Amino acid sequence: MGERSLEVLRTGPQASIQDLGRPGLAHLGVPRSGALDTPAHCLANRLVGNAEAAATLECLDGRILLRATTSVTVAVTGARTWVRVSGRARPWGQAVAVRAGAEIELGAAEEGLRAYLAVSGGIEVPQVLGSRSSDQLSGLGPDAVSPGTVLPLGSRTVPHFHVEAIGPSRRRERLRLRLGPRDDWFTPRSLEVLTASTYVVGSASNRIGLRLEGPALRRTRTGELDSEGMVLGAVQVPPNGRPVVFLNDHPTTGGYPVVGVVLREDLATCAQLRPGEQIGFEIVV
Amino acid sequence: MRARLLGKDALLLECDGPGQVRAAYAEARERRERGELDCVDVVPGATTVLLDGLRERERAQDSLSDWRLEEPDLDEADVVELSITYDGPDLETVAAHWGLSVEEAVKCHRELDHVVAFCGFAPGFAYVSGLPEGLAVPRLREPRSEVPAGAVGLAGRFTGIYPRPSPGGWQLIGRTDARLWDLRRTNPALLVPGTRIRFVDG
Repeated sequence: MGERSLEVLRTGPQASIQDLGRPGLAHLGVPRSGALDTPAHCLANRLVGNAEAAATLECLDGRILLRATTSVTVAVTGARTWVRVSGRARPWGQAVAVRAGAEIELGAAEEGLRAYLAVSGGIEVPQVLGSRSSDQLSGLGPDAVSPGTVLPLGSRTVPHFHVEAIGPSRRRERLRLRLGPRDDWFTPRSLEVLTASTYVVGSASNRIGLRLEGPALRRTRTGELDSEGMVLGAVQVPPNGRPVVFLNDHPTTGGYPVVGVVLREDLATCAQLRPGEQIGFEIVV
Repeated sequence: MRARLLGKDALLLECDGPGQVRAAYAEARERRERGELDCVDVVPGATTVLLDGLRERERAQDSLSDWRLEEPDLDEADVVELSITYDGPDLETVAAHWGLSVEEAVKCHRELDHVVAFCGFAPGFAYVSGLPEGLAVPRLREPRSEVPAGAVGLAGRFTGIYPRPSPGGWQLIGRTDARLWDLRRTNPALLVPGTRIRFVDG
């Protein structure tokens, strides 16, 4: 029996290996990284019988083509795409058995942006600082996945074949935001604008942040903020006034004021928003 | 020290000066070590300490009044000697900004009390405090598209050393051969918050 592995034949615009990241090292300037749509990543792992911390493939806009060197079980969650194994349609959101030598293909995302493909045994590239995640900001972790990449897999697992995912993560129309710590840097009118406006997801959005286009928030003060620690979901407002929602590869410290923090439960929505789509904010306490 | 809330499970401690930042950072880590503070990250900033991933935020907040906030004593074990060659492309500009000759500027920089205040920007990139208010240096108007690894720069009241090649807007005064970040080491970062640095001639 050969090594258990997957060979990458083709990818969409970006495919990367992700797990639950490397939290706890922010004081060294190391971003947390990890799957942006954590619930989808964990679900895909559970379907194939992996621990939630196993590494999956995060496929921007789906569109990946792989060949299994041994028989494996895969599951696709996150963005909705069609799934084919050796050319035959297979279900999304379910454990799918794949024979040795067969090709696994995902279509383009029909709903959402990032599809997660879990493989029984998980992708077992070497860990860097306790994680297999590729970090787009710092470059830590494995290289981006590209044609020719061979992904080593861990040992066989017991998949859950008779379970079905209910569908892509439910999308929120307004991201719930807790104000602070620097909401006092903005005019009250700006906070009204933030919640009354519709923002458009900018094309420069990536794993570092969701960059939003729309009405600018105005500051009550000039000058610079002393660099301070940043958290996942922080809505940072650079001098142009347009909010950026920090995602997993965000810098650990920053010098622009954070008007509020998006609830953890709404970050899957951020992970799945496509450039050009609309999103609003709602302040919660 | 005053605490601001962030999201559901973080606190941002606003400190009275960099000495208190160092004290609060040390205290938070000690409390975590002793099991009295349950949080994922303790991240110092220029004037703040972030406690992120707090399991019991209210309890943590209530405990703040008991925190010991005297600055920790200088521990010789925390001193790192860095060999530096003062020949950066912005050295003359910085000297002129300070109203000093290049030799005086080098001497002045070398003799400051350099302490890592916090990290960020890139893994192992340390913001080193030591410059007094009067010697603060503006960032470059046009950042360089590539700064080599080991370049030593100044921005605001901080000295920084680039752990790897990257774009950068700091005024470069010198360089070091020290490996700031090395994943083969148990502790990949040479400079961590609280590290004291002595710059010696390279």
